[in-house]
Amino acid sequence: MSSLMMEMSERARRLGVPFSVQVDLTYRCNEQCVHCYLDHNDHGEMTTVEIKHLLKEMAEAGVFILTFSGGEIFMRKDFFEILEYARDLTFCIKLKTNAVLIREAQAARLRDLGVESIQVSIYSHRPEVHDAITKVPGSLQRSINAIRFLKSQGLKVVIANVLMTENMHDYHAVRSLADELGTDCTLDPTVSPMMDGDRSTLDLNAGESALRALFRDEALVGNAEEFCAPPSEPTEDSMESLPCSAGHNACYVSPYGEFYPCVQFPLSCGNVRQQRFIDIWRDSEQLKEVRSIRLRDLSSCSDCAHGSTCTRCPGLAFIEGNMRGPSTADCEKSFARTGIPSKNLLAKKEKVQPARLVQIQLVPAITGSRLSGVDSAASAVA
Amino acid sequence: MSRKLYVARSPRIAARRLGEEMLVMSGQGSTLFTLNPTATIVWQAADGATPLDEIVERRICPEFDVQPEEALRDAEALAEDLAKHGILLISEQPIATAQPRTQEKP
Repeated sequence: MSSLMMEMSERARRLGVPFSVQVDLTYRCNEQCVHCYLDHNDHGEMTTVEIKHLLKEMAEAGVFILTFSGGEIFMRKDFFEILEYARDLTFCIKLKTNAVLIREAQAARLRDLGVESIQVSIYSHRPEVHDAITKVPGSLQRSINAIRFLKSQGLKVVIANVLMTENMHDYHAVRSLADELGTDCTLDPTVSPMMDGDRSTLDLNAGESALRALFRDEALVGNAEEFCAPPSEPTEDSMESLPCSAGHNACYVSPYGEFYPCVQFPLSCGNVRQQRFIDIWRDSEQLKEVRSIRLRDLSSCSDCAHGSTCTRCPGLAFIEGNMRGPSTADCEKSFARTGIPSKNLLAKKEKVQPARLVQIQLVPAITGSRLSGVDSAASAVA
Repeated sequence: MSRKLYVARSPRIAARRLGEEMLVMSGQGSTLFTLNPTATIVWQAADGATPLDEIVERRICPEFDVQPEEALRDAEALAEDLAKHGILLISEQPIATAQPRTQEKP
């Protein structure tokens, strides 16, 4: 993000303006990625008319950056109608897609409509790995073809490379592919739990040793020694800092109209089918609570060594059970980066300390009359 | 200056009012600009049909303590600058283009 954009984003926060909003147009998808957190069935998506009404309200509320995502956005037959309407309202539009359905004609139309950028998910440079993750044979080649179509139209494309056990060692080659295609590339080593609470996807997260190697890869992080340096103690200023932009100048709307602080923060704040967007943004008690939280309020993180440098996601903390609590996935990243366990990890370690079923305690003075004491001490359960 | 100058907002920009300023992102290179209140007035009035001197006379001069000639010179310089960045279209003829809607202050 440019410094001017950051400045405007911060100004929007101070003015109470929802500067950046992600709207998922559908959860339906033409890929079935192994790590996806969504239920792909349609449970009653907003209609074209409802989405246009929402966009108008969002423009009036001051939303500038509008990200359309899913599911797969091109699964909606009315996608271009929605996009055209959004551009007519002068949003800065970003798209997230697997790009499988983009051909020359679609790419040209995206250019004509002045889309700011298109993020395309690529998991590996190897078809056998990428296609195994998406569960769609040929999907890597189709996504790459689409990126070429988009680039030929002069559009800005960003490859998003989610890292997990299956593709952890392919990111160098994916970055080379991005260079060859003329795109940016982002890496994200976080697999989230499913929105319904199912945590089985977390098994796909890269292990600690893989994360440690990732954080020491100077091609990614620059000076690894500096990047992995032990954290400094939280300062008074950092105690007053905001956890992230969720609910402060950004939010998320699902295909069913549910309003959340962020796509990764499933705390329902209202529904745009029943309330005006601006009314939810201004008056939702849930959002007010999210906005009230500062680092000093976090139960485990405020006095953790990583407090002021951690990338703690309040949404993942919420999914874990407490929006003021730690996000273990981020604790693990801080640990992999610095080698210093967070307060949360230390507490977890204490809890799971293997319990000895039988603890033998020496009895100081065993006399004939106290021999039974050996038995009682030997059977004490730790 | 005798020629009439017409200005129109480029259809490929993204824009939103934020406080007293207008945020404008050009389609070319995703460059972000902020327009001050005076530039915002010109930009919002740039419908392709109203000559720039009329915009200055009707919208700028009543709001600011400035002579029309001086205001017009500044407005022309501004328009040319914005045109260089692809934010505004300039012509000596009225410009027929689909105008993006402008939003009022939230």
